[in-house]
Amino acid sequence: MRRRHRRRLHRSQHLVINDGAAALGGAISQFHSRGLLVVSDTRAVENAAQPSAPQTAGEPLLKVRELDKHFGPVQALYKVDLDLPAGHVTALCGDNGAGKSVLTKCIAGIYQLDHGQIFWDGHPVHIRSPRDAARLGIETVYQDLALADNLDIVQNMFLGRERLRQGLLDEDSMERAAKETLASLKVTTVRSIRQPVASLSGGQRQSVAVAKAVMWNSKLVMLDEPTAALGVAQTKMVLDLVRRLRDRGLAVMVISHNLNDVFEVADRIAVLYLGRMAVQGPISEFDRQSVVEYMTTGGLGLQTKRAQPTSGGN
Amino acid sequence: MARAEVAADQLDANVNAEAAAEAAALELPPGIVAQTLGEYLRGSFARIKSGQSGVLPVILGLLIITAIFGAISPRNVFLSPGNIVNLFQQSAVFMVLAMAEGFALLLGEIDLSVGYVGAVGGVIAVQLVQPTTTHWPWWAAIVAALLCCALIGALQGSLITVLRLPSFVVTLSGLLIFNGVMLILLLLGPFSGILSLVGQGPDLQVLYNLMWGTIDPVVSWIAMAVVVAVLALILWLGDSRRRRSGLVAPPASLTIIKIAMIAAVGIVVVAICDINRANTGTLEGVPYVIPIVLAVLGAWTVLLQQTKFGRYVYAIGGNPEAARRAGINLRSVRTWAFVLCSFTAGIAGLLYASLLSGVSNNFSGGQYVLYAVAAAVIGGTSLFGGRGKPLHGVLGGLVIGAIYNGMYLMDYPVQWEFIVTGVVLMLAVTIDSLSRRGATSGSVARV
Repeated sequence: MRRRHRRRLHRSQHLVINDGAAALGGAISQFHSRGLLVVSDTRAVENAAQPSAPQTAGEPLLKVRELDKHFGPVQALYKVDLDLPAGHVTALCGDNGAGKSVLTKCIAGIYQLDHGQIFWDGHPVHIRSPRDAARLGIETVYQDLALADNLDIVQNMFLGRERLRQGLLDEDSMERAAKETLASLKVTTVRSIRQPVASLSGGQRQSVAVAKAVMWNSKLVMLDEPTAALGVAQTKMVLDLVRRLRDRGLAVMVISHNLNDVFEVADRIAVLYLGRMAVQGPISEFDRQSVVEYMTTGGLGLQTKRAQPTSGGN
Repeated sequence: MARAEVAADQLDANVNAEAAAEAAALELPPGIVAQTLGEYLRGSFARIKSGQSGVLPVILGLLIITAIFGAISPRNVFLSPGNIVNLFQQSAVFMVLAMAEGFALLLGEIDLSVGYVGAVGGVIAVQLVQPTTTHWPWWAAIVAALLCCALIGALQGSLITVLRLPSFVVTLSGLLIFNGVMLILLLLGPFSGILSLVGQGPDLQVLYNLMWGTIDPVVSWIAMAVVVAVLALILWLGDSRRRRSGLVAPPASLTIIKIAMIAAVGIVVVAICDINRANTGTLEGVPYVIPIVLAVLGAWTVLLQQTKFGRYVYAIGGNPEAARRAGINLRSVRTWAFVLCSFTAGIAGLLYASLLSGVSNNFSGGQYVLYAVAAAVIGGTSLFGGRGKPLHGVLGGLVIGAIYNGMYLMDYPVQWEFIVTGVVLMLAVTIDSLSRRGATSGSVARV
C-alpha cells in the first residue's frame, strides 16, 4: 500500500518535469503555440547551463510531500505536495483561508509539520526554525516587510547579520555589499543607500526587502503578496525584480491574489483549495478562468477536461 | 480605451512618484545626498523648515536662552566665566541623567526610577568612603556603587522583559522603592540622614573632586589639543576614505567645518575655564566633571552607533517585529539597555553627591527624572523610540541647566523655574510629535 503510494508520487513528479521537457522538444499539446511558454523555457535552458542553477534539469530545489498541518481540531493543510524548481517563478494561489500562509510558514520554519516531508536538493530536511531555513538558503519576504523605518537601507539589509571589524560595525564593507546587491538587481531608483527606510516609497521598500532576502546567497525566496498596496508603476518595478531573481537561477515562490501579476510573472502555478493542493503545473496549462475555478471550487468541474499533474487528496 | 486608461494610470503614478520624491528629499539628512557645501546648507535649511529636528534647533535654543539671560541678568553675571563654569557643573547631572534615560527612550520605553537609582548609587559611594565607618578606598566605593545601580537595572529590566510588565509601572514602583532604599541607606551609621563629603580623608576628597577638582590650565590646553586632534584625525581619515571608495560621504568642506567647530568649542570651553574665577585667590582650570561627561558621551556614542548592541537598540525602537525576525534576542538587548540606563544613572548620582558635597534626605529624584526626560527630548531624542543620540542628552541637559541657573541668578522664585522648564519641554515635545506626524503622513501618501 505504502509503496504503491510512493510510486504514484514519483510518477506525478515526472509528469511535472516532463511538461517542461516536452515543451522544449516542441512536441506537445494545444498550449505550445503560446509565446510565454517558449520564452520561459528558453530561460530554463539558459539557467540549466548556469552552475548556480543545477536543479532545473533534474529534481526541483524544494519538494514538499504529503504535508499535514493542523491547529487543534482545524486541519489547515492536508497531504499537500508542492514543487519549487530553481530558475522558475511559482505562483501560489488560493482563496482566503486556503492555507497559503500556513504552507509558507511551514517551509520558512515558523510552523512545524505534523506529517509529511520536505526535500531540499533531493535530501530530506527538517526545518525547525527560521534559522534552519536561512541556513539552507530559504528567505521569506512577508507582507509587512519587517523593515525598521528609522534605520537606513544598509542597516536594514544587514540587520541581525552585521559585519564587524575589530569588534565595531564595518560600515564601509556593509555599504559596499549592499550597493552591489542593489545594483545587481537593478534597484536604481533610491536616491541614497544611506537614506532611512521611512523615506522610501512602497515599491522601493519592497525592493529593499527583496534585496535583503537575496543578499545571503539564498536559493529560494518566498514573497507574500509582494504587489498588494502598490501602484501600477511600482508593481511593474517589483515584478521586474522577481524576474531578475529567476534569471539568477533562484527558485521564487510568489503568493498572490492578483491573477494579472500571476500570469505576467509566473512560470508555474499551484492552487490551494481548503488546505488541499487543487492543482499545480506550468502556467501555460492554465488560463485565468480555470485558475479562478480551481481557487473557488477546487477544480471540480475541470477534472474531467484536464489531466492533473499532481492531485491533492486521494 | 483600456490602453489609454493604463497610460493615464502610469502618468498618475509618475506624478505621485515625483511628488513623493520631492517630499522624500526633504526628509533625507543632507549629509548623505549633498555633493557640495551649498547643497548641504540648502538641504539642512529645508529640513529645519519642515520641522525635522536635528541638533540645530536645540543649539539655536541654547543661544537664545544664553542671549536673554546674558542681557537681563544683573551686571551680565550670567556670562561671567565663574558662572559659565558653574553652569557646566550644574548641568552635568542633568546631562548624564538624560544620557541614562536615552537608553530607555530609544527602545520606546521609559525609566522613571533613574533619579532615585542614581541617588542610591551616590549614597552607597559616600557611605563607603566615610573614614569613621567603612573607610573603603574611593575606587572600590565607586565600583560598588555603580555595580549596585547596574544590578537594580538588571532587576527592573528583567521584570519588564521576562514578565512583560510595562516599563512605566515597573520603574514607577522603582521610583518609590528606591526613594525608600535611599532613605534607609542614609540612616545607616552615625550620620542621622545627612551624609557629607566634607571632612578629612583622601577618599572623601576624590569623590568631592569629581565635580570640583580642576585640571591645571596648561594641562587643560594640552589635553584639549590632543582630544581635538584625535577626533579630527578620525573624522578626516574616515570621511576621506569613504569619499575615495565612492561610498556615501559628506563633502570635504563639511568635514573641515565639523572639525573646525569641534576645535572652536574646545578652545572656547578651555579658555573660559582657564580664567581665574575666584573672588579671592586663584580658581582656574577645567573642572574634572567636563572630561567625565565627555567620556560618558564618547563611550555611549560609540556603543550606540558602532556596535551590534547599539544597532539592535535602534532596530527594536524602530520596529520590534523586524528586529525579532532578524534573529535579534529582544529580551537580552532590552534588559541590557535597562542595565546601562541604571548604570549611567549611578554616574549621575556620583556627580550629584559631589556637586552638593554629600547627599541628604531632601533629594527629589522625582523631579530629576522629569528633568532627565525633558533634557533628552529637548535635545532631539524621540519619546516614541528609535530616534536619538547621547549628544542630545548633553545639549538638552545644558538647556535645562541654563534655565535653572539663569532663573536662580534672576532671583525668580522656584515656581517660575518649574513653569519655564515645563514650557520648554512642551515646545520640544510638540516639535518631536509634529515632525513625526509629518513623516508618517508623508509615507502614507507615498504608498
